[in-house]
Amino acid sequence: MSVDRDTVLKIARLSRIKLEDERVEPLMGELNNILAWVEQLDGVDTTDVAPMTSAVETSLAWREDQVSDGECAEDVLKNAPVSEYGFFAVPKVIE
Amino acid sequence: MTETSTAEAPVYTLEGATGPWEIVVGMEVHAQVISRSKLFSGASTEYGAEPNSHVSLVDAAMPGMLPVINAEVVAQAVRTGLALDARINKWSRFDRKNYFYADLPQGYQISQFQYPIVGEGEIHLDLGDGRTKTVGVERIHLEQDAGKSMHDQHPRYTFVDLNRSGVALMEIVSKPDIRSPEEAGAYLKKLRTILRYIGTCDGNMEQGSMRADVNVSVRKAGAPYGTRCEIKNVNSVRFVMMAIEVEARRQIDILEAGGTIDQETRLFDPTRMETRSMRNKEEAHDYRYFPDPDLLPLEFDDAFVDRCRADLPELPDQKKQRLIAELGLPDYNAGVLVAEKESAAYFDTLLAALVARTGKQPAEVALKASNFVIGELFAHLNKAGLDIAHSPVSADAGAELLALQEDGTISGRIAKDVFEKMVETGKPAGQIVEEEGLKQIADTGALEAICDQVIADNPKQLEQYKAGKEKLLGFFVGQAMKATGGKANPQAVNEILKAKLAQA
Repeated sequence: MSVDRDTVLKIARLSRIKLEDERVEPLMGELNNILAWVEQLDGVDTTDVAPMTSAVETSLAWREDQVSDGECAEDVLKNAPVSEYGFFAVPKVIE
Repeated sequence: MTETSTAEAPVYTLEGATGPWEIVVGMEVHAQVISRSKLFSGASTEYGAEPNSHVSLVDAAMPGMLPVINAEVVAQAVRTGLALDARINKWSRFDRKNYFYADLPQGYQISQFQYPIVGEGEIHLDLGDGRTKTVGVERIHLEQDAGKSMHDQHPRYTFVDLNRSGVALMEIVSKPDIRSPEEAGAYLKKLRTILRYIGTCDGNMEQGSMRADVNVSVRKAGAPYGTRCEIKNVNSVRFVMMAIEVEARRQIDILEAGGTIDQETRLFDPTRMETRSMRNKEEAHDYRYFPDPDLLPLEFDDAFVDRCRADLPELPDQKKQRLIAELGLPDYNAGVLVAEKESAAYFDTLLAALVARTGKQPAEVALKASNFVIGELFAHLNKAGLDIAHSPVSADAGAELLALQEDGTISGRIAKDVFEKMVETGKPAGQIVEEEGLKQIADTGALEAICDQVIADNPKQLEQYKAGKEKLLGFFVGQAMKATGGKANPQAVNEILKAKLAQA
């Protein structure tokens, strides 16, 4: 598996990352290196091996249905560049 | 589920310039799960709070926060699956659905893509006049709701409230089995009824706790499925039905003009009666799902499923069958009573009280009780714009009224007047009957005297009656009832007059 120039541009767009033109080629090379590195795993025979869902032998933790969190609007909004009347205020997004 | 009838609805078509077109509809219903706290955080799910108050740092997607699943939400999804006769998947998995939007702080929604918690099931529709239809359910998966954006509060900003962010949703996906706006409406209503019966979603479409995405395509009879369009976020049964017809018409016009349908997402505008393209947010559909590394697979055992099953109340289809089989109610009455959990409960309470008061068997008085509930009571509630939970006449008060009628204390006509007075004054039926002297005249001697008087007062009608105009019996009965102020038993008056007129 490898990525071409168009795929790099597409991934950048989907990730909302602004990419200067001269960065596209180098990124393509870096991504392909990463892919090739991971692809070494293809060399392992995994017939009869169930897909692993976690590296730890443990099961999902469940919690009781109780209200135990929230009511901290000030904290939640603390890092917002703009907030008004208790809302996050973001640049207008209209479809 | 028992199949009571196999009468399938006739095929619904829309007429185009080239002849009839069939429509094919599938629905994705997002139902907010009833739970105290959110799917993956301990923040409250309560509606209508101050903006951003019911938000934990998990819901706001602060770095380092981890999701922990709410056990009750899992149980609710399983209960819903069981109520829809669906396969329960004891192993399911959460995936990330990646997209950017201001009300989605994580940048992804935690959802179940490949391995949903509930698999195939079905919903039985009752379309009236004995027509039934079964619509397949493809799957139900659990996912997080997004926050809420408000675009009209400020000239430059969109306001975002994350109270809803992270609340658990069940996405209930139907198979493309729906073939008309009527069936779509019936599907949505039936699904809502079931969810409300089992208490897994409040079904409130105005508050957005149940929302529908509707997939619509058209085709010629026997042709394969056409390209579909998805109409997003339709928020009432009526709008769903309208949107389907409007969208199908649009597609037919395009196809008949030689065009092709673009698979896309559209919005329904009820004021202009049209659907509009949501102007494809560039590559918006590339969600790049992958298993959420913060969550292990969701697993439970048969014992857990059994406990969920034990929580289920009598379901609407079962209840309807019981009302018909055990109480002998007509299909129509049973259908109307079970359509809302609250009216079914009201009827059950009223019937039990009526049985206790009269000492009769439930089946003997059930028809009368059901006619009262779906007749007088519903008529009044409709007129007053009340739901049955706020009925001015309680189930027990209704039973008292019907019992008075049942034991002959008052006539059916008087019962209607007493009901009006109960609504007006809130007094119990017995007290009204007592105070207003409305007891039925049981004294046959008194009734005979009144009938004699009526005959004597109307010699002309008597002559016509004797000449063969037997329809005039009704006139005499009417006069006699009037003379008693409606307090006579019309059946008794009928008999007495018939005998007297024969001898006169």
